[in-house]
Amino acid sequence: MKNKPEHENTETASLSSPPKETVTLHINGEAKQLEVEPWTSLLDLLRDHLNLTGTKKGCDHGQCGACTVLVDGKRINSCLTLAVMKDGTKITTIEGLAKDGELHPVQQAFIDHDAFQCGYCTPGQICSTIGLINEGKAKTLDDIRDLMSGNVCRCGAYTNIVKVVQEALERSQQR
Amino acid sequence: MRSFTYTRANDVANAVDEVSAEKESKFIAGGTNLLDLMKIQVERPSHLVDITRLALDTIEETAEGGLRLGALVTNADTAYHEQVEKRYPLLSHAILAGATAQLRNMATDGGNLMQRTRCYYFYDTDTPCNKREPGSGCSAINGYNRDLAILGTSEHCIATHPSDMAVALAALEANVRVTGKAGERVIPFSEFHRLPGDTPHIDTNLKPDEIITAIDLPAKGFADHYTYLKLRDRASYAFALVSVAAALDLDGDTVKEARVALGGVAHKPWRIPEAEALLKGKPATRENFQKVAEAYVQGAKGYGHNDFKIELAKRAIVRALLQAKEMEAKL
Repeated sequence: MKNKPEHENTETASLSSPPKETVTLHINGEAKQLEVEPWTSLLDLLRDHLNLTGTKKGCDHGQCGACTVLVDGKRINSCLTLAVMKDGTKITTIEGLAKDGELHPVQQAFIDHDAFQCGYCTPGQICSTIGLINEGKAKTLDDIRDLMSGNVCRCGAYTNIVKVVQEALERSQQR
Repeated sequence: MRSFTYTRANDVANAVDEVSAEKESKFIAGGTNLLDLMKIQVERPSHLVDITRLALDTIEETAEGGLRLGALVTNADTAYHEQVEKRYPLLSHAILAGATAQLRNMATDGGNLMQRTRCYYFYDTDTPCNKREPGSGCSAINGYNRDLAILGTSEHCIATHPSDMAVALAALEANVRVTGKAGERVIPFSEFHRLPGDTPHIDTNLKPDEIITAIDLPAKGFADHYTYLKLRDRASYAFALVSVAAALDLDGDTVKEARVALGGVAHKPWRIPEAEALLKGKPATRENFQKVAEAYVQGAKGYGHNDFKIELAKRAIVRALLQAKEMEAKL
């Protein structure tokens, strides 16, 4: 796929921005076709183009995890992902978790365990928890701490976040 | 981030053509290091060639009894692959010691080797750095250098290669398969990354038109006696101060073959086959492991804050070899 429009001659093209790319993303179950500049991160696309501001921008360098979303069920940092590269994928953000007015069990567990203070990291923590359960690799508390180390909580709610993940894991094993 | 044009390659030949067509072009796969560096304008490509749709995303058996890791297999899928866990647990452990679950889900095996050898000054565009701006000088040698290299350094650069995966691949003597305009070739792992010398801006011996297609693991995986020991300032998501990939092939208490590779100490994973050979035919004892450790730090040089790494590396080598030896006792 080469997306340099042929109608633009080279001289004018060199003075203007590179062309936008067309992408289709299936976001929270809805197909969205969008025109994006190639350098648009998936995070900026969600927040600035679709007004899905639940996904947060923290460090914008893949260090804090506030931007964690699920792409085809896997947790990734949306800040280090070009939207154009995810053409055709299924993306789940915090906005897509509640069903029929009921919170996702992991969302409810964050409330039940008081697993946040300011809440800025929470959408990323929740998506990361769901990704961790999908992966099925965490067995012990130390595994949970290690496999959640990509999500920083500056309020320090870690103790209760670990409880949420532990409960969510146990629930997934009962299913 | 600076603007750039974007193309999605549909096969390896097309990818090579695309990346050769424009001077400032780069391949992008996981993007975890490249996009990070583009955001601070340390990397400034004018054209990106997206290689994520190439058919290089499988792990297969090789005719020699080893495994071929496709360049686009993610670090997570490699670490958790049944055959990698069973036959190359050293590699699994090393991968899982690095980065975070999110980054491992994105980063690819080829990309892991292509992440930049780096240091804090490489990221700090307000300071001189020979790796970032050739000829501008090195801020680290007389600056803050606690994390930086003690082996194989030059007066131009003391950056370290941060990969854990690459340390295990060095110990396992993997081979890197690449394709370029001139066709395919195989690069032994020890020759893939470079020392800084007077060209620290070049990290690898990959040519600009070449793409990694696979990493081949030889049949011998040292699954019975191995360890990946990573020493760092916190237990997760930090680069190694010193890491050791140790592997032993034992006949009773006698060493048939030993492998030791170090991370966090040099511009590339650090391995000295002559020092490993000191153990050949010898009893697997602490005293003999200490001789290997001494040989590994011969010529090591600290720059002030990182002087402690010389002693730390020695002790880490001994501990890693003891752990590798005593595995059966632990199981």
